[in-house]
Amino acid sequence: MDLSRRSFLAASGAAGTGALLGFLGLDLQPSVAYAADAQPTRGRIYTTICPYCGVGCGATVEVDEQTGKVLHIEGDADHPINEGALCSKGASLFQIHDDPAQRRLRTVKHRKPGASDWEELSWDQAMQMIAARFKQTRDETWVGQRNGQSVNHTTGIACLGGAALDTEECYLLAKAMRAMGLVWIEHQARI
Amino acid sequence: MTNHWIDLRNADVVMICGSNAVENHPIAARWIQKAKENGAVVLSCDPRYTRTTSFSDHYCKMRSGTDIAFVSGMINYALQNDRINKEYVRHYTNATFIINPEFEFNDGLFAGYDSQTDPPSYDKSKWRYELDSDGVPKRDMSLEHPRCVYQLMKRHYARYDADTVCNITGSPKSVYEKICDVYTSTWAPDRVATWMYAMGTTQHTHGTQNIRTYVILQLLLGNVGVAGGGINALRGESNVQGSTDMALLFHILPGYLKTPKIGQETLAAHNEASTPSTNDPLSANWWGNYPKYMASLLKAFWGNHATEANDFAFNYLGKISGNLSHISLFESMYQGNIKGLFCFGQNPAVGGPNCRKELAAIEKLDWLVAVDIFESDTSVFWKRPGVDPSKIQTEVFLLPAAASMEKEGSVVNSGRWAQWRYKAAEPPGQALTDAGVVTKLVQAVRAAYEADSGQFPDPILHLDWNYNVDEHGEPDIHMVAKEINGQFTRDCEVNGKPFRKGDQVPSFAYLQADGSTTSGNWLYCNAYTGPNKEDNKMARRGKEDAVNQIGLYPNWSWCWPVNRRIIYNRASVDLYGNPWNPKHWVIRWNPALKDGAGGWEGDVPDGGWPPMLTPDGSANESTKRPFIMRPEGVACVFSTSLNDGPFPEHYEPLESPLRNPMSSRQYNPAIKVWEPDQIGDPSEYPIVATTYRVSEHWQAGNMTRNTPWLVELMPDVFVEMSPALARAKGVNHGDWVRVITKRGTLEARAFVTNRFEPFFIGGKYVHQIGIPWHWGFNGLATGDSANMLTPHVGDANTMIPEYKAFLCQVEKGRRQEVQV
Repeated sequence: MDLSRRSFLAASGAAGTGALLGFLGLDLQPSVAYAADAQPTRGRIYTTICPYCGVGCGATVEVDEQTGKVLHIEGDADHPINEGALCSKGASLFQIHDDPAQRRLRTVKHRKPGASDWEELSWDQAMQMIAARFKQTRDETWVGQRNGQSVNHTTGIACLGGAALDTEECYLLAKAMRAMGLVWIEHQARI
Repeated sequence: MTNHWIDLRNADVVMICGSNAVENHPIAARWIQKAKENGAVVLSCDPRYTRTTSFSDHYCKMRSGTDIAFVSGMINYALQNDRINKEYVRHYTNATFIINPEFEFNDGLFAGYDSQTDPPSYDKSKWRYELDSDGVPKRDMSLEHPRCVYQLMKRHYARYDADTVCNITGSPKSVYEKICDVYTSTWAPDRVATWMYAMGTTQHTHGTQNIRTYVILQLLLGNVGVAGGGINALRGESNVQGSTDMALLFHILPGYLKTPKIGQETLAAHNEASTPSTNDPLSANWWGNYPKYMASLLKAFWGNHATEANDFAFNYLGKISGNLSHISLFESMYQGNIKGLFCFGQNPAVGGPNCRKELAAIEKLDWLVAVDIFESDTSVFWKRPGVDPSKIQTEVFLLPAAASMEKEGSVVNSGRWAQWRYKAAEPPGQALTDAGVVTKLVQAVRAAYEADSGQFPDPILHLDWNYNVDEHGEPDIHMVAKEINGQFTRDCEVNGKPFRKGDQVPSFAYLQADGSTTSGNWLYCNAYTGPNKEDNKMARRGKEDAVNQIGLYPNWSWCWPVNRRIIYNRASVDLYGNPWNPKHWVIRWNPALKDGAGGWEGDVPDGGWPPMLTPDGSANESTKRPFIMRPEGVACVFSTSLNDGPFPEHYEPLESPLRNPMSSRQYNPAIKVWEPDQIGDPSEYPIVATTYRVSEHWQAGNMTRNTPWLVELMPDVFVEMSPALARAKGVNHGDWVRVITKRGTLEARAFVTNRFEPFFIGGKYVHQIGIPWHWGFNGLATGDSANMLTPHVGDANTMIPEYKAFLCQVEKGRRQEVQV
């Protein structure tokens, strides 16, 4: 059929997808009939916001209530910004949780100085060691006063991150790091 | 964004310059498309023909790093053709202000330049406004006074005629003039243009001034505060807006309060230095409320330990001097001064400028604590290709974190919408939320300081951390959100309304400096205004649009400030409160409301004060000027406070193949050049390089390069170049090439396309290449990091690195040795 880019765009703009596909010579009736009978969901729907760019598209996460397993993630049709659409990144969110290549971190890892690989620790062990390293460095690099003026910070510890953390988490991180005397505090917004 | 995503549909002209929105904010294309369906013209100005360009009506190519020249020419075009919304400019900007006679501009430098400071700096008092006897800036409402901002601006931008501009940018003149014509057609009150920009604008040594040129142009055209207009920064991460608001940056505290400086010994001294003042009774000077927000923040941090008697624990905060931003941080780490690093979901091994230097810096750490959902390149820097782990003594902890759908909380999009999201499933294995990790850290550090007092333990021991932590170590995130909003610490009355101790504060208008309120972030005071989950405005899902039907969706989630969707919206009306553009009105004054006292309808007004004139044309004494966050009360065409000048001026990027024709100052005279003997010279590196993104990957790639579907779509890094450059180098599409800069050598496949064309400037061809920067040595998909090539240099005001324009050489063939 004679289809120019202009006529394709004119048809897609003027009509919905069904009419467009009809214009292209496809018959949707069998699909429509199938969809009318199919169950729309199998589990409970949770709404979320895509963790990627700053558009803030809505997505829905469908979860099997018996097993807690995530069945599907797709665009939230009710969201006024994306109206159900997602780009390739948002559309792939399922794999962030489902993790078919087993890449997600599941345990606490530790690398000794000079070691060539990770070992595992418990949370308690790790936090105790981290706190000890932190305290030692903070105390060793603490500046209380300089030239008679109060300084009250550690020069030797920095904190980076994180623009993909929730706002409440960012607040807790800012609160904790400021209270612990850090001033080298930066994250992706700077770069 | 001053506006928001859906609002793009209201534009008559959409400019995408400094952004490839269709590629990197793909769903924005939905709203650009709707604008087009409504008759909008879309303009794409970019060094390369991008996916955004394919969506556009007009494309103008421009060499990387020449935005100021490009847009200054548009400003000149508007001024020369009198396409100025004069009434808007007179009343809503500082174009009428008279500048003191010491101000001047010569050969690329403004008055007050001192080349001896490090970095070189300006005495900004030379740029001050001339004040009347009441201390209020003098104005010439006719815009004729030779020292009024309008005339100074006309003289400054008269130097940017179209020929001069196109000789810098390499743009074809007829296309450039078409862009100028289309864009400046929006000077008319019933036409509006929106400017969409992102890292293409900001990641330059003159990035701030790039934005300033857009601001000046938009103000002259009357396009700020109106539907379909604005200055729209397209933020790149789902919550970089929230993380910025929460001030994970050295120089600010939550809500854009200022980190105390060394020398500010008391809260009063800090407030005095941080609180702007005005003598103009018509200026609301909203930052005059600073002391209320600072006291409320200190109370949120240290609770009952922050009292009037101890200055609300002001001295618990570390004080700073100098620049402690990302580049400075890594320079200090490289010198061996920083021993420990926390890294929450960030990957500087790939994302940092001059990443080889940053990796070398990380090697000097005693300890690194990385918190992430996948094993990042940064977290395994000690076993990256080419290094011997036995020689790296850094102790590393890698803590597993929950992903977005595995936790509850809010994220803020570019339009300032704080959207609540829910926990759909458990995180894998022993992973915790970042909130849980920070909680464990605070608990462990507190225990360590309880056991041994060490240095100044009080801020740690007295820290309020009351979040009902559960048996897994997770805090109740609703309690955190409520703390951020703020509460009353005692029974009191504010603005005639009684409140009980523990009540949520309804909005920042109720916050106090006397310790009777807490608020973790004053901007968010109004987000969670009651004790129950139903009171969480961020979780709302109302689909009704507002009465003005411009796509505000005021009941969908909540935005700051106080759910105002288009900020500066009191500039969207004339002096009587009537919309400039009734077709898409944002707010309008309705004299019949409030029993005849009158009120605003539409969006939340940017201050509820009445219009500037009463219906009979006399000045309204109870009004305020519309730009309430500025002490002037008006928007700034002329800036008295930026580090590199009151007007943007074209300078070349630090590394450039061309001499700056505008002056003898080759690059921004106010930047810090960290390694002056490491600047790439065009004789060795004649090709302009830039970095950019692809839709299928995101930032430093730790999530997307571990997602099989995305890896399948876009597995490899590439170097994009024009057919002309490929021919010159003997390179075919798909061949291995090396890209070499002063910082390092990258190898990748050549991606030869017509999307880049050489620029013909000053009688010679200037080639440009581009590299997507998402790749690193770790993950399912690996490849060289483009940031091996970029310099450790940044903007004069923000120090955001100049990733977008630097010099390189390109050679056929692979790198022969592993590069660490």
